[in-house]
Amino acid sequence: MSVPRHWREIPKRYRLIGSKCSNCGRTYFPPRNVCRECGTTKLEEVKLSETGRIITWSVVHEPPRGFERYVPYVIAIVELDDGTRLMSQITDCEPEELQIGTRVHAVFRKIREEGESGIIYYGYKFKPIK
Amino acid sequence: MTKEAGIIGYGAYIPIYRIKAQEIARMWGNNNGHVPIMEKAVAGIDEDLVTIAVEAAKYAIRRAKIDPREIGAVYVGTESKPYAVKPSGTIVAEAIGATPLVVTADFEFACKAGTEAFHACMDHVLAGRMKYAMAIGADTAQGRPGDQLEYTAASGGAAFIFTKKSDKTLAYCEGAVSFVTDTPDFWRRAHEHYPMHAERFTGKPAYFHHIVSSVKTLMETTGLRPSDFKYAVFHQPNAKFPVKVAKMLGFTLDQIKPGLLSPEIGNCYAGSSLVGFAATLDVANPDDRILLASYGSGAGSDAFSFVVQDTILEKRNPIPSVRSLISERKYIDYSMYVKFRGKIRA
Ligand SMILES: [Zn+2]
Repeated sequence: MSVPRHWREIPKRYRLIGSKCSNCGRTYFPPRNVCRECGTTKLEEVKLSETGRIITWSVVHEPPRGFERYVPYVIAIVELDDGTRLMSQITDCEPEELQIGTRVHAVFRKIREEGESGIIYYGYKFKPIK
Repeated sequence: MTKEAGIIGYGAYIPIYRIKAQEIARMWGNNNGHVPIMEKAVAGIDEDLVTIAVEAAKYAIRRAKIDPREIGAVYVGTESKPYAVKPSGTIVAEAIGATPLVVTADFEFACKAGTEAFHACMDHVLAGRMKYAMAIGADTAQGRPGDQLEYTAASGGAAFIFTKKSDKTLAYCEGAVSFVTDTPDFWRRAHEHYPMHAERFTGKPAYFHHIVSSVKTLMETTGLRPSDFKYAVFHQPNAKFPVKVAKMLGFTLDQIKPGLLSPEIGNCYAGSSLVGFAATLDVANPDDRILLASYGSGAGSDAFSFVVQDTILEKRNPIPSVRSLISERKYIDYSMYVKFRGKIRA
């Protein structure tokens, strides 16, 4: 991702801001301009719930560039308490600790780094609630 | 018009990873068993000063129950900035939703950088310049592998939101002192990865002299005595120094116990006395008086007297207490520690 694109997406990535269809109420992350459910374009920004549960997950051993330091890591589909489904890394846990339905909450973490000299990309991840 | 600044919210954050001091001793063949603490908190591989500051700040906002857009200043006291040039405060302010109408800066003064920001925040709100001001002290401290500091240099931090004293604040400040001299006890030159320290300076003329001086000055200006305080929190570079300085000043072990965390989490530098202060607020009751005394190499000490207010009782749940943050822990060995801290260089 380029630095300008990262910069434009900062509020969404930092604070879990999605979009909500003002017709049918469905919420999306990342935010969308058109509702997949009812096709309207009347969507507004909404702060999403910071707690949810794991729907499914997998362990990444062959990471894309910039993620090498974090291997192996867990990527999961999380259903937030407001019903939004999104993809997120799960942190502070081993894959063995996870089950379908494990309760998680959002945390602010480093997502990736461009080597020693490039920019550090921050954003949300989820971690199991003890 | 009130002349006192109060705290409306606070939050602490401690990473879940711990390494036992004996594990570090084993690595370096130091088998005589003399280690300065039991274990220390280590930041996870995706954590740094900024992420720790954000987590503490988010807890502080939730406890304060305020709109983050009303926070007029976000100051981050630290010596573990992830960028040499680019303020950490901007990332923190953005992540908590305080941008764009906000003053932000990183404060530097070793382990007293966080309490240094207390002075600025209290003056901002008392001047009527802004409704709320946030001071954060946090670090991901590192010692050179094999160095004595490696046993204690830890990660953690705490955030405090100041406003004018009212019935919504949970504690107010009745006295503040900053005592500073030029003392070369600890330093890190630009482009060096690890700090240097001068052994002969780290104890008596540095830590003890500055804390004793700031606290004595505070006592003189407020007319208070150690027995007027329910609790006291001192900077905690190891397990021994805070106990010794408390004794020198006439405080008891019972007074420092709730905030004495270095044996279990290590020294999180700018976060050290502030996490201890947060842990003390967690157990304090209305009308309790708390002494907070930081120490920063270089050198200086800030001393404050806070009086706890009734609102503290409504501010406990559901934000995790410092005790619960300490008890959520996972032990790592030295090889994992090296991976987490990126300590390939030596
Ligand atoms: Zn719709």
